[in-house]
Amino acid sequence: MRAALQLAQSGYKTAVITKVFPTRSHTVSAQGGITCAIASADPNDDWRWHMYDTVKGSDYIGDQDAIEYMCSVGPEAVFELEHMGLPFSRTEEGRIYQRPFGGQSKNYGEGGQAARTCAAADRTGHALLHTLYQGNMKNETVFFNEWYATDLVKNQDGAVVGVIAICMETGETVYIKSKATVFATGGAGRIYASTTNAHINTGDGIGMALRAGFPVQDIEMWQFHPTGIAGAGVLVTEGCRGEGGYLINKDGERFMERYAPNAKDLAGRDVVARSMVLEIIEGRGCGPEGDHVFLKLDHLGEEVLESRLPGICELSRTFAHADPVKEPIPVVPTCHYMMGGIPTNVHGQALTIDASGRDQVIPGLYACGEVACVSVHGANRLGGNSLLDLVVFGRASGLHIERALREGIDMRDASDSDIEQAMSRLDKLNSSKGGENVAALRKELQNTMQNHFGVFRNETFMREGIAKLADLRGRIEGARLDDKSMAYNTARIEALELHNLFEVAEATAITAEERRESRGAHARDDYQERDDENWLCHSMYFPTDKRVGKRAVNFEPKTVDTFQPKARTY
Amino acid sequence: MLQVSIYRYNPETDAEPYMQDVQVDTGGKDLMVLDVMELIKAQDTTVAYRRSCREGVCGSDGVNMNGKNGLACITPLSETVRDNKLVLRPLPGLPVIRDLVVDMGMFYAQYEKVQPYLQNTSPAPAIERLQSPEDRAKLDGLYECILCACCSTACPSFWWNPDRFIGPAGLLQAYRFLADTRDTATEERLSRLDDPFSVFRCHGIQNCVNVCPKGLNPTRAIGHIRNMLLSRAT
Amino acid sequence: MVTAVTSMGRSGLYDWMMQRVTAVILLAYFLFLACVLTGGVDFASWKALYSQTWMRVFSLLALLSLGVHAWVGLWAVFTDYLTERLMGTTGNVLRMLAQVVSAIIMFTYVVWGVQILWGL
Repeated sequence: MRAALQLAQSGYKTAVITKVFPTRSHTVSAQGGITCAIASADPNDDWRWHMYDTVKGSDYIGDQDAIEYMCSVGPEAVFELEHMGLPFSRTEEGRIYQRPFGGQSKNYGEGGQAARTCAAADRTGHALLHTLYQGNMKNETVFFNEWYATDLVKNQDGAVVGVIAICMETGETVYIKSKATVFATGGAGRIYASTTNAHINTGDGIGMALRAGFPVQDIEMWQFHPTGIAGAGVLVTEGCRGEGGYLINKDGERFMERYAPNAKDLAGRDVVARSMVLEIIEGRGCGPEGDHVFLKLDHLGEEVLESRLPGICELSRTFAHADPVKEPIPVVPTCHYMMGGIPTNVHGQALTIDASGRDQVIPGLYACGEVACVSVHGANRLGGNSLLDLVVFGRASGLHIERALREGIDMRDASDSDIEQAMSRLDKLNSSKGGENVAALRKELQNTMQNHFGVFRNETFMREGIAKLADLRGRIEGARLDDKSMAYNTARIEALELHNLFEVAEATAITAEERRESRGAHARDDYQERDDENWLCHSMYFPTDKRVGKRAVNFEPKTVDTFQPKARTY
Repeated sequence: MLQVSIYRYNPETDAEPYMQDVQVDTGGKDLMVLDVMELIKAQDTTVAYRRSCREGVCGSDGVNMNGKNGLACITPLSETVRDNKLVLRPLPGLPVIRDLVVDMGMFYAQYEKVQPYLQNTSPAPAIERLQSPEDRAKLDGLYECILCACCSTACPSFWWNPDRFIGPAGLLQAYRFLADTRDTATEERLSRLDDPFSVFRCHGIQNCVNVCPKGLNPTRAIGHIRNMLLSRAT
Repeated sequence: MVTAVTSMGRSGLYDWMMQRVTAVILLAYFLFLACVLTGGVDFASWKALYSQTWMRVFSLLALLSLGVHAWVGLWAVFTDYLTERLMGTTGNVLRMLAQVVSAIIMFTYVVWGVQILWGL
């Protein structure tokens, strides 16, 4: 939507295709905030410190030119949001309120904990998404609400010239032609059985890209958020720990002091999640099954909780039957974010690599937000950086398309056979007979991913998982669609979504097995050390031959010195 | 076994809507209504409803449960089920597309009518526009709306005049921008609201307050708008 | 489409104010009457009361208020239930009819009331 806004503001004809009404996208669930060095909490704050934290957080496979761009342009993008009306919380001086988040430091890790995450209470994503939609409304962007994009249309030169989309209300299928197609389709957390992600996070963009033969990058990197409500999977913001909450095991011990003596509960998310799993494995978990730990907040007092974390209090009471004012919340690491995605440059242009290993722009295709891998998150995303990522690179994509349109984009039209090619999957599904039930297959897929590609991974287990997935491919492609009706047929959409989930899962599995090291969110029992000699690089998964290649990480920021890889401790 | 009665209508096959009885095994757990709907869909894939975040912030799954509007994902069975029976209907007052899916077009049109975006004619500063915590606090209870339409579709005035009465959800947002110290279009906003329908069809019966899943109070916001209109006119 | 042409002042605020002001007048009038009645009245004192100009003005005011109050209230009811949205063109015809009828009734009452009060 940020990209659309940019284009609509400049008067270009812009349409947003969205499978849910725009304010129902998953950004709405982001709670804690948007991290950015706007120098409110600390007047001396510097975007370079934010850059340092992000590079370190990424375990050094974040592209430093992209991180530099995000952190330096960030303040401008955040102020724009404020001018659009985003109701940020405020400081006494009237500036935007910033709270501490995990992995944040001052003075390149030397100056202690920073408070850099701009917040609208604990509803920042909601406020941001509504503000962006309102901005688009003001600028008269066209919205195709509840239209579902099924596949990319490529012309004979391999350029992307639009998408096939279904109007969910009527079932009508059309080819929507465009000079530039921007994917902002979000993540695919639903490949896991336990996830903080919404039902709609089915990796549609990744599925479409893979089916069109385009590669994905670092797709093995999945962030497990330390604090999902046990059982329900609902997210509890890191802001809770930013405001002073901490994790305890069954003995009431604040165990993060052992794992991360300096940052404690505000270490990187991967570090905290792994520590929690270790506590649970070693028998110090809470509850009758010993399968979770507690997040303690009651010591903050009712006033702080109700003013700074009202949404969390509400969620905890509803889903954990625990009132944070009085008792701790049962939490467990839960699949949260896809660091990998469609590789792009800082302009949001999707990339592939040619035979000699050089980056090649895919004409007509852009990606931003979670579906993209710019890569600013590398192997582990810092809290509050996802909202910044989507705003900064959505804006950058818009700016780039604006420029390109001014200079003129000239692409050949898609031929009938190109369109037919893109329609083939839908046609096949619509004529399917027999086959297995979609919900059952989805469950099987999610369990496979959960059990074989979770927080800790090893070769034996992953091999088994890959074999199971190989078996699932045919069964999922042949899944049954009983209901062939046109009007608001959610069964058809769910079947199409399952195909996308599978594409993401398979890419994840094959790449995870290949990366023989532990880095960021990718933790292996059998290769416990980071291997900078062989794996200080992006993985690239090529769908046509299911091959995993490598792509160099950018270590050449334009205005600052390179941050050299160091051991990552908190 | 929970007895569920669910509203069914498929425009392609049904001449008119009907209620379908389904038995659902909840395993004795106090599930959310959305979980029950998922269980029904696993049995019968043709049941259509909207859902997304399943934590009460996206506003997709507003439905009428045992006569009361609410979000299926954050309504536990214990809160709504009586005598082991659950009746699921689409939100009242809007055209039904299929089963529990309603056409929200009129609802969104009323939202758009209040121009729900910040308007400020002065040039933006290089940093953010300053706002005191007290002024920001005026937006609490307003900006949190998730546009689920539970309130407007519980409002008789909206049922009768959905094309002219803005409805509680739209008016809550109208006031959200009237109350924002950063917005300079107060006069224009108020003059657009001064007809006999937009605001004044609210008779203060507070159905909206009663059903709002986020605990917001549109009636109070409407009262504030009325007071602003009053002090502007006198 | 329901239009606002037949509302009191074509301003929602004006209608709303009229509704409240007239309600206060009616309340005052009927409370006053209730006090008089509970104090016990015979024909002579009743006649004496109504022969005073201020009482006649007060009563006329109450009568006019009743007219306005009923008009605004009924207008809201008619535009809720007798509409094109609910019953097609019939809705418009019925609503106009209902409005004309209630206008005539209220006008008649007011004229009749004036006749009674001033004994014309």
